Amino acid sequence: MNVKTLETTKRDVVVIGGGPAGLAAAIAAKEAGCGDVLLIERDRILGGILNQCIHDGFGLHTFKEALSGPEYAARYIDRFHELGIEAMEETIVLSLTSDRVVEVSTRGTLRRIRAGAVILAMGCRERTRGAISIPGNRPSGVYTAGAAQNFMNLENIMVGRKVCILGSGDIGLIMARRMTLEGASVEAVFEILPYSSGLPRNIQQCLNDYDIPLFLNTTVTEIVGKGRLEGIRVASVGEDRAPIPDTERFIACDTLLLSVGLIPENELSRDAGVAMDPVTGGAVVNDSFMTSVDGIFACGNVLHVHDLVDWVSVEAAEAGKFAAGYVRSGREASSCRIPVRPGSGVRYTLPQSVSGERDCILSLRVAAPWRNRCIVVKSGEREVARKKEMRLHPAEMIRIPLKKEALSGCSSLEVTVE
Amino acid sequence: MSTRELTCVVCPGGCTIVVDVDNDETPVVTRIQGNNCPRGEAWARQEVENPMRTIASSVPVRGGDFPLVSVRTLRPIPLTKIREVMEEIRTLSLEAPVEIGSVVLASPAGCDTEVVATRRVKAAAPCAGA
Repeated sequence: MNVKTLETTKRDVVVIGGGPAGLAAAIAAKEAGCGDVLLIERDRILGGILNQCIHDGFGLHTFKEALSGPEYAARYIDRFHELGIEAMEETIVLSLTSDRVVEVSTRGTLRRIRAGAVILAMGCRERTRGAISIPGNRPSGVYTAGAAQNFMNLENIMVGRKVCILGSGDIGLIMARRMTLEGASVEAVFEILPYSSGLPRNIQQCLNDYDIPLFLNTTVTEIVGKGRLEGIRVASVGEDRAPIPDTERFIACDTLLLSVGLIPENELSRDAGVAMDPVTGGAVVNDSFMTSVDGIFACGNVLHVHDLVDWVSVEAAEAGKFAAGYVRSGREASSCRIPVRPGSGVRYTLPQSVSGERDCILSLRVAAPWRNRCIVVKSGEREVARKKEMRLHPAEMIRIPLKKEALSGCSSLEVTVE
Repeated sequence: MSTRELTCVVCPGGCTIVVDVDNDETPVVTRIQGNNCPRGEAWARQEVENPMRTIASSVPVRGGDFPLVSVRTLRPIPLTKIREVMEEIRTLSLEAPVEIGSVVLASPAGCDTEVVATRRVKAAAPCAGA
């Protein structure tokens, strides 16, 4: 079939992805007065990864209660339908161009849509065994933690009985508890870093509550098994994170879950020529969440991996509002660009530039765990904002409000930990 | 007497709280240090003397657009009751449709809570191929 002969339909705002970011962005765009919003989702239902996150703790900031993932998603899905926004489910975006032409495949047909504005909300995917190159055989029984979560919580498939987990991110910790509650024996969690990248409450409630040991400075050095996983070799690592040979030991297990990081899913963004930030793995954006390509906005985990879904929703709503404004006025909200750079102790800051024409929130992550430090935002020698933090952790995103008034006269900003 | 070190989860501050505990069988807190606020003290006492948890699981559904419905305890239950509550949840099975918030089990293992559905499972559309 020749795609070039496809009829092109015009839509005002097209949102790619129907997870928490896409839902909040579409809702905000509609509420900001854009009458024509289309959301494209490749799964058969809206809600994204929230559907399989059945544990509670979502929505503490937004709704002041601890909801499960599906409940949190349902609040947005209900609002989405109340507003009469159109969703195309079971639809995959094949390509996106810099002039905002979106080609999609939906239930066996191809369509082409010219969008007034595009909001990228594709989320992220998990790093796999291949991404971290664990040597050994290739038996079954090695899953990413999220894949196992999907099997167990949505498909009713128990993935194994004797389980080890590599990586102490929150998904790995949550799955340690989930598998234990469903009758599996979780032998241990291994973390290559000297600290866990999970929230303290998850260490307590997912590991300590069930006497599951957490080994820091430890990694998997070999996967062993023919057909099905029979066990893994693990070793302590030195400061260079390389395994120390005489510390290696064998642990029998039939299942290995990997919780070793998330990668923003930006293939479409790159197709469209969107400039990327090598640290976040997401687009470079300004304080209206517009990327380097005119009229293409980004939000949620495709922009940078968040710790809490509440912040995804807040950020996406901003992106949705600005995208609606862009369509209405036919141009971006502002042209002014004050670059924001991460300085000492800061891994990244987002947005990468601010306009100085409105209040905004700086999101950032620190490079290492600290106690009782300050995050300081400076323009040259002048202090623009300062926030004291009792506890800083690389796993937790920090949000610092910047006031428009404080930004006047700034030519660039640097953010440091002091 | 023993000493336990906890990371407070009341707010993102994450204070390290050191708790002296008398009688490890039924723990009684004798001293709490390191908290920066009264909420931390209350949390640490509860956490040592009778930790409470919300738990989630899923229950099979017949005739739905998904084979499972996720469920959770509406209010926290004592940590020591989790296994028992899980046993009771495991005996359940439901018929579609199921609505969010519908009670699927009242006072599980005698706890002061309900187990409620946390997702909507619609009745399955008749299969086109069948």
